[in-house]
Amino acid sequence: MNTPLSHYLILSALLFSIGFAGAVARRSAILVLIGIELMLNAANLNFIAFWRYGPQAEALTGVMFVLFSIAIAAAEAAVGLALVIAIYRQRKTAQVDCMDTLKG
Amino acid sequence: MPNDIAFYLIAAFTVAFAVVAMTLRRLVHCALCAAAAFAGLATLYLQLDAEFVGFAQLLVYVGAIAILIVFAVLLTRGDEVCPGHSQSSPSWMAGVAVAVLVLAGIAIAILLSPSLHRLAPSAAGAPVKKIGEELMTRYVLPLEMVGVLLTGALLGAVVIAMHEESEVKRPAGGPASRRAEPEEAMSLR
Amino acid sequence: MEHVVQYLWLIPAFPLVMAGLGALLRRDRRRLAASLAIGGVAVSWLLSCVAFLTSLSAHSFRETWSFRWFDLAETSVPLGWVLDPLTAIMLMMVTFLSLLIFIYSLGYMEKDENFTRFFCFMSLFAAAMLGIVIANSLLLLFICWELVGLSSYLLIGFWYEKPAAAAAAKKAFITTRIGDIGLLLGMLWLYSQSGTLLFYDHGHGCLEQSSLARLVAATTVGGMAVSTAIALLIFAGAVGKSGQVPLHVWLPDAMEGPTPVSALIHAATMVAAGVFLVARMYPLMSAGPHPAALQVITWVGAVTAVFAAAIAVAQNDIKRIIAYSTISQLGYMMMGLGVGGVAVGMFHLITHAFFKSLLFLGAGSVIHGCHGEQDIRKMGGLKKLMPWTFATYAAGTMALCGVPLFFSGFWSKDEILRSAWHWPVSSIPFCLGAAGAFLTAFYMTRQVSWVFFGKPADAAGSHAPAHESPAVMTIPLAILAVFAVLAGFLGTPAWPWFQSYLNGENTPFTPAVLVAGPQLGLLLLSTLVVGAAFFLGWRVYAKAALQSSREKDPLEKSLPALFWLLHNKFFIDEIYAATVIRLNAAFSGFADWMDRMIWGGAVNAVSGLTVVCARINRAFDEWGINAGFDFGCDELRGAGGFLSWMQNGRVQRYLRIVGLGFSLLLLALIWGCA
Repeated sequence: MNTPLSHYLILSALLFSIGFAGAVARRSAILVLIGIELMLNAANLNFIAFWRYGPQAEALTGVMFVLFSIAIAAAEAAVGLALVIAIYRQRKTAQVDCMDTLKG
Repeated sequence: MPNDIAFYLIAAFTVAFAVVAMTLRRLVHCALCAAAAFAGLATLYLQLDAEFVGFAQLLVYVGAIAILIVFAVLLTRGDEVCPGHSQSSPSWMAGVAVAVLVLAGIAIAILLSPSLHRLAPSAAGAPVKKIGEELMTRYVLPLEMVGVLLTGALLGAVVIAMHEESEVKRPAGGPASRRAEPEEAMSLR
Repeated sequence: MEHVVQYLWLIPAFPLVMAGLGALLRRDRRRLAASLAIGGVAVSWLLSCVAFLTSLSAHSFRETWSFRWFDLAETSVPLGWVLDPLTAIMLMMVTFLSLLIFIYSLGYMEKDENFTRFFCFMSLFAAAMLGIVIANSLLLLFICWELVGLSSYLLIGFWYEKPAAAAAAKKAFITTRIGDIGLLLGMLWLYSQSGTLLFYDHGHGCLEQSSLARLVAATTVGGMAVSTAIALLIFAGAVGKSGQVPLHVWLPDAMEGPTPVSALIHAATMVAAGVFLVARMYPLMSAGPHPAALQVITWVGAVTAVFAAAIAVAQNDIKRIIAYSTISQLGYMMMGLGVGGVAVGMFHLITHAFFKSLLFLGAGSVIHGCHGEQDIRKMGGLKKLMPWTFATYAAGTMALCGVPLFFSGFWSKDEILRSAWHWPVSSIPFCLGAAGAFLTAFYMTRQVSWVFFGKPADAAGSHAPAHESPAVMTIPLAILAVFAVLAGFLGTPAWPWFQSYLNGENTPFTPAVLVAGPQLGLLLLSTLVVGAAFFLGWRVYAKAALQSSREKDPLEKSLPALFWLLHNKFFIDEIYAATVIRLNAAFSGFADWMDRMIWGGAVNAVSGLTVVCARINRAFDEWGINAGFDFGCDELRGAGGFLSWMQNGRVQRYLRIVGLGFSLLLLALIWGCA
């Protein structure tokens, strides 16, 4: 393994910001959720990279974390998409701009 | 060297698909590109000697979440058919600017950190047996919690996304409307 | 007896209390008001008799009683009363005359609706006058002096709805006030020089030897002795009150008051207060080897005597003639004090009190009988219609003119003329006195012949014929007539009881004096003067009786210029109006301007400043505080609006903000760690 840790970290940062950009710049709710998934993945990559390059790799801390993160991300994606579908049924639209009843 | 090239190739692949996933007009294309990006990430996990995680990533993300997203896209297709309908929010540039700012912040942090040139120590492994052992001993409580969580998420998703029949049958019927009432109570209004 | 003088204050106290009670009465309680007033004065008269008898007990009787009124730091101000022959004789006269005149007023004021108020004021006057008489302190005398002036004002202006009466009351008060300035200054100077205002205080009083010696020795402006200066200042007060020449203008106008008021106040008592003051202060007036004050008093008195008598010749109002006669006789009294001393002046004061009040009451009876007519040219033939009035009036007239032997005025005036004849300084006062006597008889003849003799006036067409007055008015007249005759016998040269009583000596009875050389000559001279005047007056006036009031006065026909001058009272009133009053008006205009422009301007400036401050305050409050506050609130609202704008309900915006915050935080941490 010759690539320095920083490469992975930069990659993870890049993926994170791409996911963030998509989450805040697109209108469709589903795209927002995709962006969020990307962000989660970027964080997972970060964890694995640190596990591999850090001390005590035999403790498997990073791996466990990522496993749980994946599980939770799955649950969250399911619920989120169910919400989007429910809202679509109500309002006939999945545009984030139209969901502003919490307007202060 | 070879690892570097592999890394760069896979990184480029992932980033490219991620960017495409975030910019395409048609949502199905975005979903599929996102699946590709997830796959790229799985490859990266494999490269980082976290085999189980890589496969889990493939199974869960590409196999389940991406498909789920595609399902959701297909179920909410109504409003993207009409043309001239911009997919980006009117102030998308502000959002992108904030994202760039976030990137800049993290990048600066990384570049200023001492981790810049750290090289990997020699082989570590994540054998499945070990993972299993850890799960059952040290991480048994989180495991059970995640199980509960997944159960709750499943139930919740089902409840939320359940199709109400009272919307279809308008006139007040006998058994059908009575059956619709408990569902109405559970639906989102 | 020590305790008599101690209770001397009761004599003015009774009328004062009656005045106070009378002030509280309702207007219809006439009988009660009259009873209170007459009762009070009657008690005072009885107490005065007691005092008089007490003063007879010893020669040169003088008892004093003083008390401390209030304290001022180290000194105290004492007041007190004195009982000596001067006090006693004045007490008798004032109370007796007040009593008679009060009884007379029952009839005269019967138809007046302010009956109660009249008696209240008259009682107040009586109390104040008695206060002057018994005062042993110049301060107490001054207090009662001012009270007498106040009562005079109230009584002259009794019928205050008449503008003439109100103006006359004001004129009287102000004119006497001018004299009172002199009296006050003299009083202050005397107090500062002698340290006390008590007249007699066992050797320490201001009229006693040690104090007088000090006053005579000290000199002031122009080398005048301080005693003379103080005496002249005090005499100024007497000039005002007793109507001597420069300040006589108020007395004729004071006839606007009811006739009993004229009789009591402006004939017998108040105007006599000035003479009494000079008599009381006589030790001061006559102090030193060359008492210049007495000379001034003599000259002023002599001039007044002739001046007023001349004016009286050309007046047509019955009361005004008697008023000018009063001024003239007051001049005589002053002259008598100046040339002959206290006894001479006081004798004439006492006799004058009786016959002058008799004349006034008689004139009142005439006016009452003629239904309010006061012009003598419109009267006539009242001798038969009002016999009692005529008889008493005639007695009074003869006493005034000085008809010899049986009438009091003869003896008292004779005393004055005798002293004037023997005055070492000059004999001009004697000539002036003789001329005044001639004029007195002359104008009285005119008046009597036009009022009582001749045919009844034809202008009485609108009135019922004249009638005699009721008994309640004629009986006091009769009593006064008796006294007008008998009082003279108290002071004849043959038996000068009055003079000796006042001077504290034994009284010899020497009828032979009457026929001694110089004495007899003087008696004959005065008889001649009076007889000539009667004759001339009869010739001029009675023979050429007027047919109507539109005819000219006989004197006017023969000496028109002189008559014009006399009839217009030598234009003194007009001169005063053009000079003093105009000056006063100018000064008051100036004072008004000062007050309005300068002081008022200053006050307005201060208030303007306050208003300006208030405006600034308000501007600051409105623009500074309010605006600032409002601005702050607006900013707050704006900020709230901005924050609420941020909360547009869209999740993406929230997410962006989270991202922004996160990156900023990161950068801050990096920068912090770097």
